[in-house]
Amino acid sequence: MPDLGLDVLGKGSNLLRLLGGLGIALRISLIAVVISIPLGLLLGTLMTGKNVVLKFFLKLYLEFIRIMPQLVLLFLVFFGSTRVFGWQPTGELSAIIVFTLWGAAEMSDLVRGALISIPVHQYESSQALGLTKGQTYCYVIIPQTVRRLIPLSINLITRMIKTTSLILMIGVVEMIKVAQQIIEANRTASPNAAFGVYLVVFVLYFLACWPISLLAKYLERKWG
Amino acid sequence: MEETILTVNHLKKEYEGKPILNDLDLEVKKGEVVVIIGPSGCGKSTLLRCMNGLEQIQSGSVKLREDTIEAGAGNLVRIRQKIGMVFQNYELFPHLSVLNNILLAPTKVQKRDKKDVKEEALKLLDRVGLRDKADSYPRQLSGGQKQRVAIVRALCMNPEILLFDEVTAALDPEMVREVLDVMLELAKQKRTMVIVTHEMQFAQAVADRVLFIDQGKILEEGTPEEIFKHPKKERTKQFLNIFQFKKVEERKIS
Ligand SMILES: Nc1ncnc2c1ncn2[C@@H]1O[C@H](COP(=O)(O)OP(=O)(O)O)[C@@H](O)[C@H]1O
Ligand SMILES: [Mg+2]
Repeated sequence: MPDLGLDVLGKGSNLLRLLGGLGIALRISLIAVVISIPLGLLLGTLMTGKNVVLKFFLKLYLEFIRIMPQLVLLFLVFFGSTRVFGWQPTGELSAIIVFTLWGAAEMSDLVRGALISIPVHQYESSQALGLTKGQTYCYVIIPQTVRRLIPLSINLITRMIKTTSLILMIGVVEMIKVAQQIIEANRTASPNAAFGVYLVVFVLYFLACWPISLLAKYLERKWG
Repeated sequence: MEETILTVNHLKKEYEGKPILNDLDLEVKKGEVVVIIGPSGCGKSTLLRCMNGLEQIQSGSVKLREDTIEAGAGNLVRIRQKIGMVFQNYELFPHLSVLNNILLAPTKVQKRDKKDVKEEALKLLDRVGLRDKADSYPRQLSGGQKQRVAIVRALCMNPEILLFDEVTAALDPEMVREVLDVMLELAKQKRTMVIVTHEMQFAQAVADRVLFIDQGKILEEGTPEEIFKHPKKERTKQFLNIFQFKKVEERKIS
């Protein structure tokens, strides 16, 4: 068995520190998801509405977020806020802001897509049965939209978790940063540690995202 | 004289300034089966949709007994409970089982007792031969089965009148019969119905009165015998000819 330098994780509280890093990444994702899902629902519903001006700005917002690499957005918020607003957010807060803006934009597009994919005759046959507008949404449209939406939004959530690996660039000590610190500290004692440590990082990311992906697949099959 | 259930008076309907229905009058009596035939695009679906307040009309009126039917009006929810409608495209709710498709409106709109409605629904499903499909989902049904469920769903509201818009047009030929049989059965029960169809033999069998619509007007109307055997207007003859095939030896070879 080649020496992967896995022993460095046994030293001191290194493994715990690594898990703590994952915890921060997950916390940032979770907060961003919790805020961006309702925001996305609202924006996505507005995008199917009749207000042309509002729709234009929402589209502009979505395209802007899509075109910008996440790293650039992180830098913009983290370094730009001081310049523009004279206020310095912490790295973690900057990350939450960026991930929320991103999540809300992507979510709104998913919601818009799910809503317009419901055929007109679903609305009409509800009306023909005497359902009010509210009842039509409550019993017919929203249940179908949510079924289409859940697998897609779960996918978005796993993408957000993975992308947290960028936030070390603005000084947040998440899992990758901890890994780098551990490798650095053991450079002389355990020169092979890089491979082993990143292997563990890989496994931890996998363990965080895999159950979520499985859930998405399961729901897709159940409601497909 | 039977009482009138539905009255259409000088109905005018336009799409983007283009007239679709032009000063159309129609009365449907209780227990009557009215069949509407006519070329594609002549406004048959539009007429049925106006009868249900799904379309804004330009002038004239549509009435269910004394109630005026008007798109966007406050009384629509109440009136629509008395008008059952089945469309050409299977429009069952895909996320609900067959039984829940049927129960939704009676329990949520009419607020009837779920147990009673369920009993009635199962009885009706049995009548159309789908008792064992009560817990299936629409995607597990054939087109013909879906349309039979859609009919039961409309029936379960106990409507005063039923509107059918080419309910067999999207079906494979071998499934057409099972749906038409259900409608024949309803006619036998003296249900009031307005049926748009391209199934001419079925139309002859089921209709009390046949209307031929062309260019947004009722061009000719009468008993099935009058319309199908002795049509008076040239347009009607031309239209009915489309459904006839002459024997090969009778055809002139040019
Ligand atoms: N939503 C609409 N907007 C514009 N034109 C329409 C619309 N719906 C139907 N039409 C037009 O109205 C005419 C009658 O349509 P329809 O009632 O569906 O005919 P039919 O059911 O007799 O085949 C057609 O010429 C069709 O193109
Ligand atoms: Mg039609």
